[in-house]
Amino acid sequence: MKSMPESVAKLNKIIPALKQRRDIFSSVRRTLDKMGYCEIHTPCGIIAPAAEEYIEAPCAGSFFLRTSPELQMKRLLAAGMEKIYQIGPCFREGENGRKHRSEFFMLEYYEAYSDYMTLLDHTFAYIRQAAIDLYGKDEIFFNGKKIFLDHPEIISVREAFKCFAGEDADKCAEEDALFEMVLVDKVEPNLPQERLCVLLDYPVRFGAFARVKESDPTLVERWEIYGGGLELANAYGELIDPKIQRERFEAFSLTRKKMGLREYPEATAFLESMDYGIPPSAGAALGLDRLVMLLTDHQDIGEVSFPLDS
Amino acid sequence: MYSAADLKKGLKIQIDGDPYVITDFEFCKPGKGTALYRCRLKNMITGSSMDRTFRPVDKVDVPDVEEKEMFYSYNDGENYVFSDAETFEEVQISAEQLGQKTYFLIDDMTCNILFFNGKPIDISLPTFITRTIAETEPGARGDTASTNVQKPAKLDNGYELMVPLFINQGDLVKVDTRTGLYAERVSKG
Repeated sequence: MKSMPESVAKLNKIIPALKQRRDIFSSVRRTLDKMGYCEIHTPCGIIAPAAEEYIEAPCAGSFFLRTSPELQMKRLLAAGMEKIYQIGPCFREGENGRKHRSEFFMLEYYEAYSDYMTLLDHTFAYIRQAAIDLYGKDEIFFNGKKIFLDHPEIISVREAFKCFAGEDADKCAEEDALFEMVLVDKVEPNLPQERLCVLLDYPVRFGAFARVKESDPTLVERWEIYGGGLELANAYGELIDPKIQRERFEAFSLTRKKMGLREYPEATAFLESMDYGIPPSAGAALGLDRLVMLLTDHQDIGEVSFPLDS
Repeated sequence: MYSAADLKKGLKIQIDGDPYVITDFEFCKPGKGTALYRCRLKNMITGSSMDRTFRPVDKVDVPDVEEKEMFYSYNDGENYVFSDAETFEEVQISAEQLGQKTYFLIDDMTCNILFFNGKPIDISLPTFITRTIAETEPGARGDTASTNVQKPAKLDNGYELMVPLFINQGDLVKVDTRTGLYAERVSKG
């Protein structure tokens, strides 16, 4: 019997995780199908990536690789689909670490005539169901601690900044990178650990595609759900006003230029759909590799996915 | 200067005039925001640790650190003197700086000396040294119910440590210089 080369042994080690990964993907699909979502597919290679300040799309020949399927899926909303989801690879240049991979699996879903809090219910429901399908109960062990999935803890961004960091979220948002620093160093480590935790309603600057809250125009409709210190999913009450969308694209493209980043072509087809009309919608995106980490108690994204060539 | 994107585990950097080594490193990117580089840093002079998060725009100083292989030459009464095997250039390090490492120095032993801004700040010794047990009580029979039972002993240079019951005066033992603990018996005295 030959001894296993390192590259084979590495794969051999992740086989149990790959099987659990398959079970989780199946469970999530089952729940979403039952809820009436329709699974769709859009291309990985796109011409105009969503302009965001801090997310880089890798180049692939004359295309970019998508950082998320957001713009394409919203075009389907304009075309008449109302409840859609997609599971597929997304790409973000230079993002590698224990919780990041430059190629990862995203679950993205949209519901027309819905709102972001309804999407939170859907999100929590499929996560909880995946745990039940895996372990027969709605509690899991992660990093030595028990996490109960009976209900999530919901806390507004402003409250979280005030009580965990003693900081004013809106003031932090004004200074470059300060909001993120406080979030990472003081807020995230102090979030409740025994349940999934939802941060709700962000300062306007942190919602590239989110609509402004009617009750408070300094905030956008957005939530992020955390579990075991992992940021799992992000959701918006979607911005559907083409005028504001054009302004935001212009502002981002200006920031990107200032930072010396590559310019992206204009997302013409997307803006055309928006001009035609996207119904009021909510959308969410979840990192499936991280969900697998959480549900299978792995601390490194590399332990639950096929290794990337380096 | 390093840019924040150069940071990684094991890299030596300089902050507020002190040299640090990155002992833990994590790339993070919270909520579609800017990338951040979270580091656990160990001060190479004091040994104390701290956490520091860097932004992509941050620049970090490169410390002037250099590691040199030298051999232990002699103790001049106050300082320990190390010499370069080729140039015979000498470097003095105080007993205070060396701490318990003074017990593990053997004449002509090769060590790696770490210099910061031209001054020696740390030495790394071979992992194990061998020395003679100068003093220890004979191990009493019958009290070996637990395999971990140990008794006090003294090396020929006065260093005190715990050894297994079967060790006798005159035995040659290996000591781990990183922990200062007994490692194994080399030969019976």
